[in-house]
Amino acid sequence: MQNELKWRGLELLKNGTIDRILGWRAGQFVYDITPDVFTDPEDLEKNFVYNEFCGANLSKYLIAESAKEGKVAVFLKPCDTYSFNQLCTEHRIHRENVYVIGIECYGKVSVDALRQRGIDGITGIRSEMGSLKIDTIYGEESVPAMEVYAERCRNCKSKKHVVFDELIGADGEVVDDCDRFDMVEKLEQMSAQERFEFWRGELSRCIRCNACRNVCPACSCEKCVFDNPKSGVLNKAAADSFEENMFHIIRAYHVAGRCTDCGECSRVCPEHIPLHLLNRKFIKDYNELYGDFVAGESVGQMSPVADFTTDRDAEPSVVQKGGDQ
Amino acid sequence: MQMNDKEWKPKIIAFCCNWCSYSGADLAGTNRLSYPAEVKIIRVPCSCRVNPMFILRAFQQGADGVILCGCHPGDCHYSTGNYHTRRRMTLLFSMLNYLGVESARTRVEWVSAAEGARFVSVMDGFVADITRLGPNRRLEDLRCKTN
Repeated sequence: MQNELKWRGLELLKNGTIDRILGWRAGQFVYDITPDVFTDPEDLEKNFVYNEFCGANLSKYLIAESAKEGKVAVFLKPCDTYSFNQLCTEHRIHRENVYVIGIECYGKVSVDALRQRGIDGITGIRSEMGSLKIDTIYGEESVPAMEVYAERCRNCKSKKHVVFDELIGADGEVVDDCDRFDMVEKLEQMSAQERFEFWRGELSRCIRCNACRNVCPACSCEKCVFDNPKSGVLNKAAADSFEENMFHIIRAYHVAGRCTDCGECSRVCPEHIPLHLLNRKFIKDYNELYGDFVAGESVGQMSPVADFTTDRDAEPSVVQKGGDQ
Repeated sequence: MQMNDKEWKPKIIAFCCNWCSYSGADLAGTNRLSYPAEVKIIRVPCSCRVNPMFILRAFQQGADGVILCGCHPGDCHYSTGNYHTRRRMTLLFSMLNYLGVESARTRVEWVSAAEGARFVSVMDGFVADITRLGPNRRLEDLRCKTN
């Protein structure tokens, strides 16, 4: 797959269809991959990488890249195409400057999941029929892929590219029976005290690094509300549990109705806080209350959070789930 | 924190829209109807002026309950403001509930300018609910506590 992408990228660069290409650059380690822009074919040939660790969603970088002169090509996995459409809906991407290459994806590996299984010193990875062969400095290991995939990939919601100019590999289908709301339902069943304790346990680890905000394709305001010194949550280290709660509630709230559930927030969190559970709660709520809505499914959709109806609608005070004490 | 339960009185913030609920509260006053003194009213031009951050900020500053009052759906002075409020607050309250903040601490009520008596009964009911729940401990900022 890596060579296929690389040759296609080289071809497009050399024949002048595009001026630059947004992809993944190899880092010091095989799992340490950085999204980057390649303009030089030689550089692309030498440093471009695509493997099971390339989880980064490249669509957000297009906000800056597509605003520049010339055409940029980008590799988008199925879930990334939803973010791309959503950003087009919000007029953040200049669509005419982008050449979208859709790429097939079966799931991306979380390096932390590998480490938890005691696999360290990773030097290479390849997938073979549902299992992963991992080369380490201690020898080769084989693990079932499903067990070490990132959470979002284990509960993959769609393998269908909702937008592309060209496709490498096959196009999949929307996964109807994914279990992504299971954990949200489990939390809803708990009592308020249990839920409070669960979230305190998770959110109290927050170090306010802002990685979740910076990586999120929906979170792309040029001037963020949290950069306001008067927001009360500007501090690097939260001074009080309230700040953690406030930051995460507002962060999730600001992307409600625009979040495509790409799972980047949870992937980048250095403290492994399951932030996607907050986003999924909003998705589950508006699906239940206002009808099914998939952010980024097509360009120009109106989100139920920004929309309203003059007919009967859910009343704020009637929303109560689980125990109250 | 030393606090006698008998002395404890809840702090309640009521965001009232200028056109209906605030006038409703005014009508209650001119009719000599009394509502609990624990309720502190903040006047807003429209219920949809209330940013979710305002609600959180109220809790941070020591509120034990926050109630948002607006015109009845269909009666908004700005035509559609309260429809937006309805959706926003539904999602916000559901999220607060999901994080373990008791859902009885947050409420949206529609009170028109003619409903002075209703304003009083809504506030009486809300204050009674919050008094039963006790002080807000799950969304508090200790630095903002005075006692």
